[in-house]
Amino acid sequence: MEQKRVVMDAEGIDRAISRIAYEILERNKGVKDLVLVGIRTGGVFLAERLQKNIAGIEGVAVPLGVLDITFYRDDLLSTRKKPRPRKTDIPFSLDDKKVVLVDDVLFTGRTIRAAMDALIDFGRPRLIQLAVLIDRGHRELPIRADFVGKNLPSSLWEAVAVNLLETSGRNEVVIEDSPQNHPEQGTR
Amino acid sequence: MKLQKKDILGIKDLSIEEINLILDTADSFVEVSTREIKKVPTLRGKTIVNLFYEASTRTRTSFEIAGKRLSADTINISASTSSVVKGETLIDTARNLEAMNPDVIVIRHSAAGAPHLLARLLKPSIINAGDGAHEHPTQALLDMLTIRAKKGKIAGLKVAIVGDIAHSRVARSNIYGLTKMGALVAVAGPATMLPLHIEKMGVAVFRHINEAIQDADIIMMLRVQTEREKQNIFPSLREYAAYFSLNTRNIRRAKDDVLVMHPGPINRGVEISPDIADGPYSIILEQVTNGVAVRMALLYLLTGGTG
Repeated sequence: MEQKRVVMDAEGIDRAISRIAYEILERNKGVKDLVLVGIRTGGVFLAERLQKNIAGIEGVAVPLGVLDITFYRDDLLSTRKKPRPRKTDIPFSLDDKKVVLVDDVLFTGRTIRAAMDALIDFGRPRLIQLAVLIDRGHRELPIRADFVGKNLPSSLWEAVAVNLLETSGRNEVVIEDSPQNHPEQGTR
Repeated sequence: MKLQKKDILGIKDLSIEEINLILDTADSFVEVSTREIKKVPTLRGKTIVNLFYEASTRTRTSFEIAGKRLSADTINISASTSSVVKGETLIDTARNLEAMNPDVIVIRHSAAGAPHLLARLLKPSIINAGDGAHEHPTQALLDMLTIRAKKGKIAGLKVAIVGDIAHSRVARSNIYGLTKMGALVAVAGPATMLPLHIEKMGVAVFRHINEAIQDADIIMMLRVQTEREKQNIFPSLREYAAYFSLNTRNIRRAKDDVLVMHPGPINRGVEISPDIADGPYSIILEQVTNGVAVRMALLYLLTGGTG
C-alpha cells in the first residue's frame, strides 16, 4: 500500500528558493567571494535556480559548480548496489571562497559529510554553508543546514521526493508512505 | 548497471553494454586526474598487486597511478626482481600473493592465457594487462574511450590498424572492441605479420598502408617489435618503413580530421615519422592520460559493491 502526499507545490518551492537567495545574500553581505556548489543530482537544479534568483537580485551570476560525491561515500564497500559515478565540475578555485553547498533533501547528513570532504580536497574555502530545500530530520552526524526551505518532520518509513521540472516534469515535494522503505536504505 | 564479472581477461568476453558501462564510468574518472589533489578515498583499504612478467612503462605506471588516485595500496612486482628468478612457478607465486589477501591482481605475462589460469585458481579479481599475443583489454578500452571522447562516437567510424597484426595483442583487443561497437576496421601489414583468416574477425585486409588508411577517421599504428627482426618476418626496418610507415605524404589519403593513435612505445622513423607522432593529428599522449581513467574505472567496478 503506497500513499503519496504533496507537501510543497510549485509556488511553494519558488517562494522557498527566493527566500533562501535573500538569506544567503543577507548572511554573506552580498555576492563577494560567493560560490554555489550543487550536489548531484537534485542539488544541481536547485543551485541553478538559486543562481538565477541571486542574479535577479544582485545582477551578478555567481560561479556554480557541480559535485558528485560517489567517490567519497562511506557505504561504497558495503552497499550491494554500486552507484555510478557522475562527473564533478568545479571550474574555479575554492580557496578563500564562501561556498554554499546546495542539496534537495537533508536526511542522515552522510551526503553532506562526503561533500565537505570532497570540497576540502578541492581547496580551502573561507567557509562552507549548507542550503537545502527540505530538512527531514533523522541526522546520523552532527550536521545542520544554514538555509532551509521547509522543515519536514518525517518518519523513517516514509520517502521524501523532491520532483523538479528538470527531472520529472513538475515541481513538487511529496512524501511517500512505503512499508518496504527500510530506513537503512536512505542515503540522504 | 553493475559489472557482473570477477575478472577482466579480454574484450572478447565483454558485451557492448559492459564496454559502455566501463567507458561511461571512466568518463567520470577523467576529471579526478585534473584536480590539484589527484586523489579520492574511494578504494581505501583495498590492495592491488601489479604482477609484471614483461617489461612495461606505461601500463604498469598507469595501473599504479590509477590505484593510488583511488587511495588503494598498490604493490609492484616485476619478474626480474622476484622469486621467479629462483624458479618459482607462476601458480606458486600467485598463490603466495593470494595468501596476503589482495583484492585485485593485475598481470602481464608472455604466455597467452596466464591471466585466465589465475582467474580460475584465485579469489581476487584478475585484470589482464597483456598476455602474449592474445589480448590487452585495458589498452583497447582506453583507445575506445579516447576515440569516443574525440569523435563523439565509435559506430560508423573507419579505423585503420597498421603493422604487426599477428603478434599484437593491442590489435586483437581493439579489433574485438571496435567491431563490437560498430566501427569499420581495416588492417594492413606485411603478409608475414597478418594472421591467416584474420578477415574472419570482421575486418578488411590490405597489403599496403595506403589502401587501409584511405578515408580513415582513425589510424592506429602498431609498434614494430624490432626484437622480431631476427625471426626473418621482415627484411629490414628500412624496408618496413618504406612500405608501412605513416608519414606526412600518405596521411593525406585519410580524412582531413583523421586522428593518429599508437599504443607505445613508438619507434620513431620506423612505423611512424616524428612529424606525425608529434604533429596535430596525434592523440598518442591523450591515450596515455585516458589510460589512467579507464584503469580507475575498472578497479572501481571490480572492487566495490559485492557486499
